[in-house]
Amino acid sequence: MERMPKWADVVLIPLISLLLAAAISGLVILAIGEDPVNALNLMVKGALGSTYGWGYTLYYATNFMFTGLAVAVAFHARLFNIGGEGQAMLGGLGVALVCLYLPWPHWSLALIASTVGAALFGAAWAFLPAILQAKRGSHIVITTIMFNFIAAAFLNWLLVGPLKPRGGMDPSTARFPEATNLPSLHDILAPLGIEFSRAAPANVSFLVGILACVLVWVLIWRTRLGYEIRAFGHSEPAARYAGISPTKITVITMLISGGLAGMMAINNVMGEAERLVLNATEGAGFIGIAVALMGRSHPFGVFLAAILFGFLYQGGAELALWTSIPRELIIVIQALVILFTGALDNMVRIPLEKLFMALRRRGA
Amino acid sequence: MDLMTVLQVLDSTVRLATPLLLACLAGLFSERAGIFDIGLEGKMLAAAFFSAAIAAVTGSVWIGLGAGILASLALSGLHGLASITFRGNQLISGVAINFLAAGLTVLIAQSWFQQGGRTPALLSGGRFGGITLPGAEALREVPVLGPIYYELISGHSILVYVAFACVPLTWWILYRTRFGLRLRAVGENPEAVDTAGISVVRLRYSAVLICGLLCGLAGAYLATALQAGFVQDMTAGRGYIALAALIFAKWRPWHALYATLLFGFLQAIALRYQNLDLGFVTLPVQAMDALPYILTVVILAGFIGKAVPPRAGGAPYVKER
Repeated sequence: MERMPKWADVVLIPLISLLLAAAISGLVILAIGEDPVNALNLMVKGALGSTYGWGYTLYYATNFMFTGLAVAVAFHARLFNIGGEGQAMLGGLGVALVCLYLPWPHWSLALIASTVGAALFGAAWAFLPAILQAKRGSHIVITTIMFNFIAAAFLNWLLVGPLKPRGGMDPSTARFPEATNLPSLHDILAPLGIEFSRAAPANVSFLVGILACVLVWVLIWRTRLGYEIRAFGHSEPAARYAGISPTKITVITMLISGGLAGMMAINNVMGEAERLVLNATEGAGFIGIAVALMGRSHPFGVFLAAILFGFLYQGGAELALWTSIPRELIIVIQALVILFTGALDNMVRIPLEKLFMALRRRGA
Repeated sequence: MDLMTVLQVLDSTVRLATPLLLACLAGLFSERAGIFDIGLEGKMLAAAFFSAAIAAVTGSVWIGLGAGILASLALSGLHGLASITFRGNQLISGVAINFLAAGLTVLIAQSWFQQGGRTPALLSGGRFGGITLPGAEALREVPVLGPIYYELISGHSILVYVAFACVPLTWWILYRTRFGLRLRAVGENPEAVDTAGISVVRLRYSAVLICGLLCGLAGAYLATALQAGFVQDMTAGRGYIALAALIFAKWRPWHALYATLLFGFLQAIALRYQNLDLGFVTLPVQAMDALPYILTVVILAGFIGKAVPPRAGGAPYVKER
């Protein structure tokens, strides 16, 4: 017998966790001498009150969709890919190489090639941790953390050395050619007669992100491979008994996960910066963890959680602009969301289960 | 390279290895008891901030140290609550603690001091100064041994000596006391410990709190001895390097000392030489930065001996009902 209805598991628990995180964040804001209600107002107005705000919210959300999906796919196989940050950095390298060294007649072709490049580089960065986990039993959490640092050092070296254009001042690649610049939401919506801010960085990658959500849903719940991934995640011995190769599933899942994290680069590198800069990922790989936990590893949940975190990011930037609350408030909120939806899940779940059991007993 | 240069690099190695060593031993206690802890970084960061902040306000480094340890213990308690009491995912809890510390330290620093997320620079009373060991001045002129004693062994802050003393102490606790035996047992086979009538929960909480104490020392050392004050994200991945060292050491105290000295040495080299010319090839500084992580992956891959973590590590203990 189910201990509680499915809607409670899918909606109620994340909601309560979110409220707890929000309440504590409110207390933190109070403690540093600011007004939480005013802060929330500012965040909503700054992130959702104009198409400019929405443009930033959706831009951040696109990043988090990719990294969130990356973590979610791995979660289905009960693998904790904490290396999204490094994989996204390498994805940026893939995008930069495609855009800089190949001639492109049109952005659409460049986008397709860049997506492939980003996914390949991201997947490649996940490959070694995956194979080491599958073949040698090295813990994937530790190896992916190590690979984040190795990726950071590697990109640092590339951007101050081989990839830096002659005469460049800051550690970054040259600007990508104009033909590879992606249309922003303004360019897409203008022909439809919808006015959208020209300055905001949200671009066509947002649509690619939504497409990725749909494809991941199809993969996980409508394909044989998805079934094998979920079976492996539920019980490795059972999966093995059913003829599913643990090595194969571990490696393939991590390749997909790394590829998704890498694909984030079409948004932040190709869509926004239009060149590869140092620390282009800005921690989005880690936010993917919060997004996947919040979204219960379901692509639709990841989509909603990504929008929520996009809102928090843009709202937090506005807060830092208008009040004395630094941007780091978002990191605190992110930590609290991870804490409540991930680590302290049972704290919310056990009392709720008891409540539903009691209700059912009374009803029966 | 003359003796003086070598000594300076080694001296810097000792200074840089100290926080790694303390954090590594912290992780050792926790993981030997079966609680994975990737939140070493966050606990160090919190301790670094609170020790510097309180030392700046009170002017006493000892009160600062106490505050740093308390902050680290509080986060340890949170980790214990999540991973022992509520049987949550220990890795996720660690990630959350790292972010919590990264965000809160800057938030509070900004609110208290308005200096862009840092504490004011600590004056002499707010810092741990170097201790000149007896006879260091007198023996300084003795060839070779004198400079070694004066430069390398003498002149560090008290926390450096505490850290090095913690190595034999940890070894003794783990391998020569009843508590240590039980601690190791609870990390390998908690059912057996429970069957013997010993509380798994209490043992694991003690391990996690010892971990907090040591992380507190590590963080306080960073902000009040190695540097004079807190700056944003000042741990700079040291918690993860300590974790790498722990794996490198295969969860053993003496090997933890060697591993952290090695990683400290790499940091000291990277700090002194931007690009290291080895004659046949020039190593860029980034290669040195990445080396601890690459070495750890190689060790984890099992090509140079196999690193086997405590068997019950990462799994919450559920008493049979």
